Amino acid sequence: MKSISPLPLQAPFDHPAIRDQFPALKQTLGDHPLCYLDTAATSQKPQAVIDTMNEYYQLNNANVHRAAHQLSARATSQYEAVRQQVGHFINAAKPQEIIFTHGTTESINMVAYGLTAQLQANDIILIDTAAHHANIVPWQELAKRTGAIIKPIPLTANAQLDLTAYEQLLQSKPKLVALCHVSNALGTVNPINDLIAQAKNAGALTLVDGAQAIAHLDIDVQRIDCDFYVFSGHKMYGPTGVGILYGRFGQLDALTPMLTGGEMIKTVSFDRTEYGEVPNRLEAGTPAIAEVIGLGAAITFLQGLPRQDIAAHEQQLMAYLQQQLLSLGDITLYGIADNPLQNNIGSVAFNLANEHHQDVGILLDQQAVAVRCGHHCAMPLMSDLNLAGCCRASIGIYTNKQDIDQFIHALITVKELLL
Amino acid sequence: MTQISATNTPESQLFISLPAELSTAVTQIEQAKNWQEKYRHIMLLGKQLPTLADEFKQADAQVKGCESQAWLYHHQHNGQHFYLADSDARIVKGLIAILLVATQGKTTEQISQFEVTQYFDTLGLSGQLSPSRTNGLNALAEAIKRHAKESVT
Ligand SMILES: Cc1ncc(COP(=O)(O)O)c(C=O)c1O
Repeated sequence: MKSISPLPLQAPFDHPAIRDQFPALKQTLGDHPLCYLDTAATSQKPQAVIDTMNEYYQLNNANVHRAAHQLSARATSQYEAVRQQVGHFINAAKPQEIIFTHGTTESINMVAYGLTAQLQANDIILIDTAAHHANIVPWQELAKRTGAIIKPIPLTANAQLDLTAYEQLLQSKPKLVALCHVSNALGTVNPINDLIAQAKNAGALTLVDGAQAIAHLDIDVQRIDCDFYVFSGHKMYGPTGVGILYGRFGQLDALTPMLTGGEMIKTVSFDRTEYGEVPNRLEAGTPAIAEVIGLGAAITFLQGLPRQDIAAHEQQLMAYLQQQLLSLGDITLYGIADNPLQNNIGSVAFNLANEHHQDVGILLDQQAVAVRCGHHCAMPLMSDLNLAGCCRASIGIYTNKQDIDQFIHALITVKELLL
Repeated sequence: MTQISATNTPESQLFISLPAELSTAVTQIEQAKNWQEKYRHIMLLGKQLPTLADEFKQADAQVKGCESQAWLYHHQHNGQHFYLADSDARIVKGLIAILLVATQGKTTEQISQFEVTQYFDTLGLSGQLSPSRTNGLNALAEAIKRHAKESVT
């Protein structure tokens, strides 16, 4: 069995060597090398993640927490080691604060469902206007069940969270505040530590959607001081089908389980069933074992890289991408703060003149450029910006200058065709 | 007029045969030297399709599965089927026009026998027809066939 060391030695920054570990990026589509600028939708996976999952299926496949045999013991210890590893990675107070889910969506649903008994009619829930639908709809359902009231936190003209309005809304003593750390549609970043501190002062429970932050920023949940922090494995170079619900232990312990059944119980009889302890209580059924172990490999991969250098590399690329887009002309960027170069992470949202984002997307696709064109699962944000949709180019750890150049070159061709 | 549930539907005289030039334009798409030329012709073709007045851009007529918006109306006359369609995206509108060139004024039987996949293959556009695409073309093709089939009296 591969042992997972919590903090592997960091190698010096060698970007081509990092990119080289992502087999999917080596392909060509038609006459063009694949230019993958859709990492915000899902990231590509390094060889180590693929190999680890393969190895699990070839050598260690067994159900966890169940059998007395060796294979099950191996699978269980690998699975539980990842819980510890995730705990270290985001600096949770203890591993029991890490719940494995199927992704951000499920994590938020579990919290929204689990809080039902704690909310009452007319309780207020504040939601970031820039939120992904996954951080809106579960709260709407919670509001339907409890009679709670949802209030969107408005954005400023350049799509940043409106801090003045936020302060005012907090005076209404919301029961819960749901924020995104980094917006998936625009790449805008919330000053999360301050926002959470203010919400806490107002007595609110807090959830942070970190789906777009986890691959780019160092996350310390104790410093952020939120009650819940959620993210998906597949956006951080790990597999699909696994996500994390971090919660302060007491808050997790107070959640009503959304799923019940095997694994989550202590005793079952037809008279009375007693639930087990957190984390198992919130992990009913057979979990995504291979995916959890794959996620562990993704974290090991990330921890083996010099994150400062990666962050600097990504920031340079973002600045280059924004500059190149603007120098094309006829391009509108969205969600750019006064100091654009420091304020967006991962994603750049744009439209080409008045052209439909889908036309732009189809023509970029002809040139093997993968970007996302649409409403980005953030329809309230799009309507706030008065847009039917937009295109989004998003970068990852493997993205290089050639990708940006290929993209810009392709966009010049699109412009020639459309304008 | 068949089962178009929109409260406000275009008058029947708007459903007309398409000008013959459109068939020529489809041939140009087929023979295009490169993808740029292909898509340029697709957009030109789309331009030749009549536009739907805003009042007809209704939710009831909207084709689902499309990232852009697309609307489709159907009218049957003397055993022939006629369509009116539009989209707010230019390439999608061109792709719709390609579909209409093959189906406008055709009989129920001709439409039921129309091989959409093969047609788009010949044009070198098979990728665009996949149901996994968000251009809605597959849904449009299905709606065209469904309208013809369901209107049989
Ligand atoms: C900010 C944000 N929240 C939530 C989600 C939903 O994540 P998942 O689909 O992995 O559950 C996404 C991904 O699209 C996202 O970007």
